[in-house]
Amino acid sequence: MTNNHTLRNILLVAALAVALAAPWVAYPVFLMTALCFALFACAFNLLLGFAGLMSFGHAMFFGMAAYFFGHTVKEWGWRPEFGILASVLGAAALGAVTGALAIRRQGIYFAMITLAFSQMIYFFCVQAPFTHGEDGLQGIPRRAFLGGLIEVKDDRAMYYVVLAIVLFGFAAVYRIIHSPFGQVLKAIRENEQRAISLGYNANLYKLLAFILSAAIAGLAGSTKAMVLQFATLTDVTAAMSGEVVLMALVGGIGTLAGPVVGAFVIITMQNYLAAAGEWVLVIQGAIFVVIVLAFRKGIVGEIGDLVRRRPKPGPAGSSA
Amino acid sequence: MFELLGIAPQALFGQLLVGLINGAFYAMLSLGLAVIFGMLNVINFTHGAQYMLGAFAAWLMLTVLNIPFWIGLVLAPLVVGLFGVVLERLLLKRLYHLDHLYGFLMTFGLALVIEGVFQWKWGSSGQPYPNPIPGGTNLGFMFLPTYRAFVVVAALVICLATWFAIERTRLGGYLRAATENPTLVRAFGINVPRLITLTYGLGVGLAALAGVLAAPIYQVSPLMGQNLVLVVFAVVVIGGMGSILGSIVTGFGLGLIEGLTKVFYPQASSTVIFVIMAIVLLIKPAGLFGRTR
Repeated sequence: MTNNHTLRNILLVAALAVALAAPWVAYPVFLMTALCFALFACAFNLLLGFAGLMSFGHAMFFGMAAYFFGHTVKEWGWRPEFGILASVLGAAALGAVTGALAIRRQGIYFAMITLAFSQMIYFFCVQAPFTHGEDGLQGIPRRAFLGGLIEVKDDRAMYYVVLAIVLFGFAAVYRIIHSPFGQVLKAIRENEQRAISLGYNANLYKLLAFILSAAIAGLAGSTKAMVLQFATLTDVTAAMSGEVVLMALVGGIGTLAGPVVGAFVIITMQNYLAAAGEWVLVIQGAIFVVIVLAFRKGIVGEIGDLVRRRPKPGPAGSSA
Repeated sequence: MFELLGIAPQALFGQLLVGLINGAFYAMLSLGLAVIFGMLNVINFTHGAQYMLGAFAAWLMLTVLNIPFWIGLVLAPLVVGLFGVVLERLLLKRLYHLDHLYGFLMTFGLALVIEGVFQWKWGSSGQPYPNPIPGGTNLGFMFLPTYRAFVVVAALVICLATWFAIERTRLGGYLRAATENPTLVRAFGINVPRLITLTYGLGVGLAALAGVLAAPIYQVSPLMGQNLVLVVFAVVVIGGMGSILGSIVTGFGLGLIEGLTKVFYPQASSTVIFVIMAIVLLIKPAGLFGRTR
């Protein structure tokens, strides 16, 4: 065990060093986008990997948070930190409503219900005036953080702000999983009837997990809107919901570092294949098929198996 | 009465007809989903792509091979159903011992691949399919295009035939028995894996048949099934997958409600089915015709 902890701490420090140095080597906007998706995938993985709930509609929290952020900051002139706060609360509220309904069914129905709700949100966004339909919300201003204290006009400065936000998100996910609350979630995942018989209100725990996951997905979505300065319909589509599933799956569901690795792999792939058009979707689909057939544990899970030190997965952010 | 509501009867009945036709597709597709899920324990996300494949197969047969609509109506579902059989043999059968989730994810991936390839070849825009039965009848209160009337009747016949095949024939009996207890049915000497393959082929063929019927009404495009399958998921949640007649009633009913919404409150027409889903989840979580588990 101590061996594992030393290894984990070394990896964690190394990851942090890489994350701090990265914007001087790689293109900061790419890194920031990847970080936002990494957090998004972690939020999804919190639900599937640790509560056993497969949401196929997480784009609604990601995308709606982006719209909330754009609207509060651009139309109402709010400061970015308040914009993010509002977006997170908005996503959590949306999560509370859709989650309360979705947990009334189990298994594959849960996935279908969340997917249907996100499609409903998509149709709503197509029509609602504040989303500006097909055009999207563009030109969201990049205001200085903490009332002018931290200037973020420069992409590298922005990067460190985003890194701080995303690390805060990772820490939150880590805390949730390793709290007594997280342990109860795992118990419910493994055997819901037994958890209920032990006196746990399974539905309440599931709902709370859903709301937390939605809030963190919202944090990721609003941060992405802040970085790229726009919010569009793409972020609320079913395809986006599928993408986050793919990221978690590629990296390894139920591992802490998996979604981060997966997000970086998929975003890098999309970046390189941007010119290939429809083929990006074909390749993503093929990856789905191959992973489900042969590598259900994902990159981090399979590596963990190779090292044969499975029980304590590596730290969040090991690839960043 | 219509004047009181401020709506012209033509508009009302026109939208009701559109609703009925959409409902016909919801019914056929949710039926296929339910049959496949009952037997394979897989939610077939590829259903929308297979519906699109049916439409494309008929369109290609017409434009390339000069095969008329009526032959395409039989041939296209056979071809696509056969493709389904191949998919099941090659890929899906490897997942039956796993969680439902993996079947869902794999069929989602397959849908991306199929739709992506077609989009690359034919773009996102629709290809027109000539109406095989032009003309129509003036019923006084509305104009009824013959082909649309045909689609509604054909869909009803197809749905009822499926119900009959599953609930009233010997093969259907095997199927239902195998759904309940595959091991026992195998012990009786029935080839259950083949039955499963057949079921998937049938479900996929049903989706393709719906696609062929849809081709002359909507245009043939690679993404025609993408949004439809999501609505059909909601239909399945509302109806519950327990009963075949339930799927048919729910499909047609929701189509009509959607049509009515288009008349009275058009802004909500694209979301009304999802709202109904939310209400049904509140009142009867197992679905209108579902069994509680």
